[in-house]
Amino acid sequence: MSELIEIENISFSRGNRKIFDRLNLSIPSGQVTAIMGPSGTGKTTLLKLIAGQLKPDTGRIVVDGLDVHRLKRTDLYRLRQRMGMLFQSGALLSDLTVFDNIAFPLREHFSLPDSIIEKLVLMKLESVGLRGAVALKPAELSGGMARRVALARALILDPEMLFYDEPFVGQDPITMGVLVSLIKKMNQSLNLTSIVVSHDVDEVLSIADYACVLSEGRIVEAGTPEALRHSTSAYVQQFLQGLADGPVPLHYPVESWGEKLASAVRSGQ
Amino acid sequence: MNWLAKLGAVSLQRLRGLGQLTLFVISIFPALGYAFFHIRLVFKQLYFVGVLSLPIILTAGLFVGMVLGLQGHYILSTFNSEEIVGSMTALSLIRELGPVVAALLFAGRAGSALTAEVGLMKSTEQLSALEMMAIDPIKYVVAPRILACIIALPMLALIFIAVGVFGGYLVTVGWLGVDEGAFWAQMQLQVDWQDDVINGFIKAVVFGILIAVISLFQGYEAIPTSEGVSNATTRTVVQSSLWVLGLDFVLTSIMFT
Repeated sequence: MSELIEIENISFSRGNRKIFDRLNLSIPSGQVTAIMGPSGTGKTTLLKLIAGQLKPDTGRIVVDGLDVHRLKRTDLYRLRQRMGMLFQSGALLSDLTVFDNIAFPLREHFSLPDSIIEKLVLMKLESVGLRGAVALKPAELSGGMARRVALARALILDPEMLFYDEPFVGQDPITMGVLVSLIKKMNQSLNLTSIVVSHDVDEVLSIADYACVLSEGRIVEAGTPEALRHSTSAYVQQFLQGLADGPVPLHYPVESWGEKLASAVRSGQ
Repeated sequence: MNWLAKLGAVSLQRLRGLGQLTLFVISIFPALGYAFFHIRLVFKQLYFVGVLSLPIILTAGLFVGMVLGLQGHYILSTFNSEEIVGSMTALSLIRELGPVVAALLFAGRAGSALTAEVGLMKSTEQLSALEMMAIDPIKYVVAPRILACIIALPMLALIFIAVGVFGGYLVTVGWLGVDEGAFWAQMQLQVDWQDDVINGFIKAVVFGILIAVISLFQGYEAIPTSEGVSNATTRTVVQSSLWVLGLDFVLTSIMFT
């Protein structure tokens, strides 16, 4: 199993806050890799770093032998044509219909006859079960439908890599089930290299071949879903089981309430 | 020393903003070619920024012209020169009020809408999605809107002037009894094609570029939250209005002195 994406020693900060600290990760080709972690650990940031939308402070990201952040703009865009991204919000262009949204990348990158574009778009829409919604505008779609349309758009250029940013968040159980089976089906039939960023543990582990857990800018545990479930790490167990007590504190960093009261008493307030 | 650190931080922030604006403007030039080849996108934006601005331009133009006629007649009649009210109305509109008031209205209606639209596209990740589809948002989103503003504002200013002259005509000739022949003849005599009409048109083009760049830059660089987009929209209207008024003085001093 070869590695398609290599993340080597990257550090990344936003202002004074360090998001990643010498992070290393390899994404195997043709597999579904899950990146999990509590909110605010930089999962979406990691996807944007891989896609070259953000630049790391140090380290490098190599995709299929190409150092993403050393590429010229035209080369980066060429590489991005091999990538697809399913955004958390769907990110459909709000002034275009479902059909035009999916046809958009085809029209921009290729000079294809309208009849071919129509066939390709309807084929992708059929695969996500939304051929009947072809004439609707994004505002007329439910959250789950918007995400399925966005999936069809992400697949229209037949990418080799597909990045999913929190695909299950805010979805009802039926839509979640549909999305899980779609991601699984697409990955198997198209032999994609997928990265699924999520904190919906059960759903994401049910489709992942390989998973890792992020915390404080580093990978704290990585392996198969089965290995992760049997991890001895207290952090991993707290995250996977959703426990209130554990190494991940509930409170945002602040002096203890007891100390604050004691100092108030001392100062006579 | 705290104030010195704050001053330094504010200066750095301003410099960073200036650098971002410069890079933004530089990136627009090659993208304009894309807009020329995707003229359908430009027409679509022309409808939004131009056609939808017509009601406010027509209404404001009519009232400004009527007030000019009324005030002009009131002042000129004290010198028994009310027959030149036509040329006074036309010159005021063509040289100053047409381009400036149309630009201020345009900034409030179309500029703010552009900032809000692009800011929301950013906050809903549509700009990121374009990047991921290997499509430059400057080409697809910014360039057609810039071009539409540059085309729309001069046309709106011309319409504003025409309607304003008609408003002045209605009040002075129709209501106050100024001689119709004198109204038009004085206007024809005093208004010069090169000095007045072309210069007024140049002003409108400059204001169109200015408002387009400010509104799209503010939208593009807006903090992607509801508060961030709201602040960016306010900044667009305030900055555009002040720049239009300031630049109008500079252009007037170059053109008419």
